Amino acid sequence: MMNALGDPQSLLVLGGSSEIGLATARRLVGSRVEVVHLAGRPSPALDAAAAELRALGAQVHVHDFDARAVDTHETVLGKIFAEGDIDVALLAFGVLGDQERDEREPLAAAAVAQVNYLGAVTSGLLCAQALRRQGHGALVVLSSVAGERARRSNFIYGSTKAGLDAFAQGLGDSLHGSGARVMVVRPGFVRTRMTEGLPEAPLATTAEAVAEAVVGGLRRGSETVWVPGALRFVMSGLRHLPRAVFRRLPV
Amino acid sequence: MEGRLTGWGRTAPTTARICAPTTAAEARDAVRAAGERGTLARGLGRSYGDAAQNAGGTVLDMTALARVLALDLEQGLVTCEAGVSLDRLMRLLLPFGWFVPVTPGTRYVTVGGAVGADIHGKNHHVSGSFGRHVTRMRLLTAGGEEVEVAPGEELFDATTGGMGLTGVILDATIRLLPVATSLMSVDTERAADLDDLMQRLEATDHRYRYSVAWIDLVARGAATGRAVLTRGDHATLDALTPRQRLDPLAFRPRSLPPAPRGIPGGLLRTATVGAFNELWYRRAPRDRRGQLQRIGAFFHPLDGVPEWNRVYGPGGFLQYQFVVPYGREAALRSIVEQLSRHGCPSFLAVLKRFGEGGPGWLSFPMPGWTLALDLPASVPGLGPLLDRLDEQVLAAGGRVYLAKDSRMRPQTLAAMYPGLADFRALRERIDPRGVFTSDLARRLAL
Repeated sequence: MMNALGDPQSLLVLGGSSEIGLATARRLVGSRVEVVHLAGRPSPALDAAAAELRALGAQVHVHDFDARAVDTHETVLGKIFAEGDIDVALLAFGVLGDQERDEREPLAAAAVAQVNYLGAVTSGLLCAQALRRQGHGALVVLSSVAGERARRSNFIYGSTKAGLDAFAQGLGDSLHGSGARVMVVRPGFVRTRMTEGLPEAPLATTAEAVAEAVVGGLRRGSETVWVPGALRFVMSGLRHLPRAVFRRLPV
Repeated sequence: MEGRLTGWGRTAPTTARICAPTTAAEARDAVRAAGERGTLARGLGRSYGDAAQNAGGTVLDMTALARVLALDLEQGLVTCEAGVSLDRLMRLLLPFGWFVPVTPGTRYVTVGGAVGADIHGKNHHVSGSFGRHVTRMRLLTAGGEEVEVAPGEELFDATTGGMGLTGVILDATIRLLPVATSLMSVDTERAADLDDLMQRLEATDHRYRYSVAWIDLVARGAATGRAVLTRGDHATLDALTPRQRLDPLAFRPRSLPPAPRGIPGGLLRTATVGAFNELWYRRAPRDRRGQLQRIGAFFHPLDGVPEWNRVYGPGGFLQYQFVVPYGREAALRSIVEQLSRHGCPSFLAVLKRFGEGGPGWLSFPMPGWTLALDLPASVPGLGPLLDRLDEQVLAAGGRVYLAKDSRMRPQTLAAMYPGLADFRALRERIDPRGVFTSDLARRLAL
């Protein structure tokens, strides 16, 4: 159960090897979380994440989960929720793709959409149903500022996050009054394995900073969290720029 | 009906299906129909944390099961259904010269809740907790059967203080206290600091039936723990003025309009609360004897402002109440200092000396000092601070009160309550399917 100060006791990370997911889990294990479910594709990074959280004293369960295999989501998530209440489910999986290649190879672009959007739709809906049955719990969805307004330089990734963001907001509204809720997290450029070698955007942040913002948002009961917070105002300006100007921006 | 429920502190809301049985038969049907997320009785929702919530399951709103079944005015015994409030009992019984044996800081608790939390009042050092005055109860078990339980029986002792997890209390018989008037004769004095306060309480508490000290935790330095003691007893007839003697048992509690909705958070900061506490300390008489006060003013000052919990804003608040045994005054002093140093904007905290503990397995009171304070949930660093205090309370051989808790660690709680192992075993035996459960029970693995 989430306590009065917004500290959960159990956590599910979908995309269990995600750096933001792990950073968040590390912080939550430091307060009240005792049970962590890491769901992801088997990999050394996933095993390392599990080992690290175990070393911090958490009881860690690892589950084979592939965001692209949408027809398996019901079975995998059903099993996880059957083991006990989940106070926070963190939807942390996602791929960046390679804009130039993806424009040339539409099937590669579809793969990005499959993970970032389709995989999130099935698993997000399943988590929401389970949280509704529990009568409590938070689904944290890692969106991105890239979805706030699609840019020439990464509109494939951006459009999948735009879809995800809209989906998560609607899902949150559908859960209103159910005891469960959705928190949308919109980080800017995060320095992780996923963005390694890419030119940094202004207001770049780290996985640790995103994790801190997630924990803070859970405490406050926020519906939307921007990381860093200043992006909220930057994006609200960018959103209203005329297309002709926006297109010419060096971002 | 689906409903969002919180405790009095308005933190950690969860949703449950709420049904309000009006008869024992309806309560039985509701318990039998409970799904896999179980069911739980809820009274007037005055527990601060998640004790009367059951996320995803059923919550029985017991306030409609509220008939007074029998009244013995010779012996001073009342039998009533669990949803009857202490307010109702006072209004009913005072005109006959009887008073409830134990009242907490609010009249708006039900008899079922009073037993479930084994509540205490200002008279704990004389009269013990509520469970001591219950002569029998009827309990609805997980299988939907009604059983009679009496003091000394396992199920009775597990139920007093059992936070509703052993079954649904249907009705109870309570032994009352005879009073000659409905007024209180009160002595008020100020204590300059914590040591002065503890000395005064220790030296003269036994002379009073009711005793409590309001203590200022915002004041720092030499004034840390300065306090106002209010102690007294029910006034005798000859203490009343001739006019009051015309209707010595009058009980017409008045209240202001409720606190409005939508009060923003953050109004209660150290500065505002400090100013309030200062004012309140200054206006208390230095030493005043035999002042006549109404029952409401003496026992339930906060009941004068309905829905006062809204003043903490949407972020809500929590109450921290612990007890440390006599002889561990150093731990108490150290905790008071830490709270004061942290800059907690706590309205008047309450310090009291407990008498002997009761037989309830999870009952809170034990001989020692108990301190209770309200804190906005938004105080920075509150979680780690209270976790540290938990450890110190535990190390001193004390414990934290379940009816107030909304944040403890399950391991700390288990170490504080030696009766918990038996409690778990009993529940496993009489309720193997876990029909009775609550958010509190899930959070603390009760």
